[in-house]
Amino acid sequence: MSLSEFFNMGGYAVFVWSSYGLTLVLLVLNWFLPYQQHKQNLRKLTRQYRSGQPRQETRSNDSRS
Amino acid sequence: MFDWFVKWFHRMGSPPHFYRFAGRWLPWLTALFTILIIGGLYGGLILAPTDYQQGESYRIIFVHVPAAWMSMFIYMVMAACGVIILVWRMKLAEIVLSCSAPIGASFTFLALVTGSLWGKPMWGTYWVWDARLTAELILLFLYLGIMGLYGAIDDKRVAGRAVAILAIVGMVNIPIIHYSVEWWNSLHQGPTVTKFDKPSIVWSMLWPLLVMALAFKVYFVISLFQRVRAEILHRERNTRWVEELVKS
Repeated sequence: MSLSEFFNMGGYAVFVWSSYGLTLVLLVLNWFLPYQQHKQNLRKLTRQYRSGQPRQETRSNDSRS
Repeated sequence: MFDWFVKWFHRMGSPPHFYRFAGRWLPWLTALFTILIIGGLYGGLILAPTDYQQGESYRIIFVHVPAAWMSMFIYMVMAACGVIILVWRMKLAEIVLSCSAPIGASFTFLALVTGSLWGKPMWGTYWVWDARLTAELILLFLYLGIMGLYGAIDDKRVAGRAVAILAIVGMVNIPIIHYSVEWWNSLHQGPTVTKFDKPSIVWSMLWPLLVMALAFKVYFVISLFQRVRAEILHRERNTRWVEELVKS
């Protein structure tokens, strides 16, 4: 099988590659956005605690709290 | 044995413990996912033979079917979380339920779009209002409804209980999706893998499909862990363990 044959997908290139393309986009987004959100939350909290804002006491270790 | 399970269950339910647990596992899961997705794509796009009826277009199966399986699997995870929320009021279950919804919605959307991209060359149409397709579309609306409901209620403990009920009620749709191709006449082909008989698909096409399905499952856990970690930090922002974590 040649490379151009592979990309042509027996004439179904549009359908096959747009399916795989959309899959790639969704997988990247669902990985990257939460990753970024987590980093952003960490940064925000670091700033907050460095600036010396007191935290409000809440219970933590209880799974039901 | 049961005692050990109860202890494990409670430890897992503790947000600081789960936060660290997820952080430790993420790199390993990412490595496993990379291996699986490369293997699955190689098997599906290069090794698997051309279908004698559908030509190369059938290769959409390697993303379509795993995405459709995930759309139902993630919903079942959410319904299980719903039961845990209602019975044990576990905070982590609320977080897992709400963080699963956008991932489930993505896979449902992907299953619908890749399905219609497969339908166009094979059936001659992108969409028909038949049982399988309509039930899957309803599943997408269920996911969106759960996301909307959770976002609309400010008190996240109340929001958690509300989406728990919605997730459990919506479970009726899952067997409808699965059996729709047998109960009603459908353009959609019947099951080829998930049936009691021998799968009606050759091994060289089946193994890449199963590897891709496994890759998608691992991917779900990766995306979920990432989301859950962000959400735990946000919810627990005023606790001592987060303060210590951030300052260290």
